[in-house]
Amino acid sequence: MHEFSYEAPTTVEQAVKLLSSDGDSARVICGGTDLLIQMRNAVRKPKLLVDVKSIPEMREISFDPKTGLRLGAAVPCIEIHENEAMRRHYPGLTEAAHLIGSLQIQSRASIGGNLCNASPAADTSPALLALNATAKIVGPNGSREVPVEKFFSGPGKNVLQRGELVTQILIAAPPPHTSDRYLRMIPRNEMDIAIVGAGACVTLDGDKVKAVRIGLGAVAPTPILAPKAAEYLIGKKLDEKTAERAGELAREHAVPIDDMRGTAEYRVHVVGVLTKRALLGAAERARQN
Amino acid sequence: MAKKSLVETTINGEQVEFLCEPRQSLLESLRDVLGLTGSKEGCLTGDCGACTVLVDGRPVCSCLMLGVEARGKKITTVEGLAEGTRLHPLQQKFLEDASLQCGICTPGFLMSAKSLLDRNPNPTEAEIRYALAGNLCRCTGYDKIVRAVQDAARVIQGR
Ligand SMILES: Cc1cc2nc3c(=O)[nH]c(=O)nc-3n(C[C@H](O)[C@H](O)[C@H](O)COP(=O)(O)OP(=O)(O)OC[C@H]3O[C@@H](n4cnc5c(N)ncnc54)[C@H](O)[C@@H]3O)c2cc1C
Ligand code: FES
Ligand code: FES
Repeated sequence: MHEFSYEAPTTVEQAVKLLSSDGDSARVICGGTDLLIQMRNAVRKPKLLVDVKSIPEMREISFDPKTGLRLGAAVPCIEIHENEAMRRHYPGLTEAAHLIGSLQIQSRASIGGNLCNASPAADTSPALLALNATAKIVGPNGSREVPVEKFFSGPGKNVLQRGELVTQILIAAPPPHTSDRYLRMIPRNEMDIAIVGAGACVTLDGDKVKAVRIGLGAVAPTPILAPKAAEYLIGKKLDEKTAERAGELAREHAVPIDDMRGTAEYRVHVVGVLTKRALLGAAERARQN
Repeated sequence: MAKKSLVETTINGEQVEFLCEPRQSLLESLRDVLGLTGSKEGCLTGDCGACTVLVDGRPVCSCLMLGVEARGKKITTVEGLAEGTRLHPLQQKFLEDASLQCGICTPGFLMSAKSLLDRNPNPTEAEIRYALAGNLCRCTGYDKIVRAVQDAARVIQGR
């Protein structure tokens, strides 16, 4: 690897200062599971790494039934899975985090790193889209909040400006009879990148759908929403037939590429299958809430 | 040469200070600076698990962590498993069950297995296979490794 310096600030303010000081060549490092590989391959050559893992608010997981979830961007995926409130209130996001790599990777890989790396196939992104999560961003000009659906600007690209970092991910408390589910398809049993990821969050009113969001991964230049499928479901009973139809509508949003993991045609097909299953799974959980 | 940083950490229960460049991984720091060559380098991409060590009890790929990040942490490497000349039950069972051939993957498997048994002393076969999913072995076909972990669990529990 090339030469660089390393700092581990303990406050967001110090981190912003460090990130702003070194112009475009300072970068956040969290778990390093994407970044260190990119640096070894000389894809990225930061002169300064700013390690954010010692900043307390970035390691926080706090759930409040009124104000919802504050999830520190530096929380490693394994801590999400181990957290009782996460498993209970956001089981879909939790299962997405617990699918990432191996236990070795989950011990390091952060939720914020998964988001900021902005891979179209990142597993937590469709789950965050389904939950209508918001990224809290702090930079030299203060702080701002950006919904995850507006966060990505292309493969590997996001809306962060120079000196900015994501400090927390904010998610509303789930209303009654709401739950989420995330499913992905990979060519192997473990340790592979999704050829399709589908996240769904469903709110029921009796046996009808009151609200629903569907996020898709690995089928477009960025993770995307599937609004046509969601609109179709509003006011309907969520069963095999309507979930199947929603899956067909979700396919219309998918614009995947062919690659070594699967053809575009196959990916589009799988979008239908996983959307249907994620919706039925989320509804099943929502009935119990 | 880049400025070196002083890193104070705990390795296998001992307080250790070492000097490394920020660009040196924990794996390089262990092997090249501290002479702890038990942890192996397979892929450098987090896929093979040969470099697995425990950091504050959790398994991590030391190839994907910087040496400077070890500051203030508790690191356990394969060198910390045996007590003097007494092998850890996992090591003993890997030998008895012929769970290694070339052996390059073994330190990583031992550390992943240790982290599993520390948390879950009586794992099912599925739980063992899940916990070892981040470790690759090109020689054994895994069955004997799984058996050794089951046997070691029995020894540790005194069954
Ligand atoms: C073997 C292996 C298997 C993997 N399997 C999967 C998988 O199954 N699914 C999946 O989705 N991913 C997978 N990944 C990718 C990776 O683990 C995830 O994307 C991880 O969540 C990244 O988090 P990190 O903390 O390691 O990020 P880092 O590598 O530290 O950072 C990633 C990028 O985001 C930036 N960044 C990080 N945090 C912030 C922040 N708070 N604010 C601003 N910028 C920030 C960094 O500057 C960098 O550009 C795998 C990786 C490996 C090595
Ligand atoms: S060398 Fe670290 S995972 Fe392969
Ligand atoms: S014994 Fe050779 S790779 Fe496992």
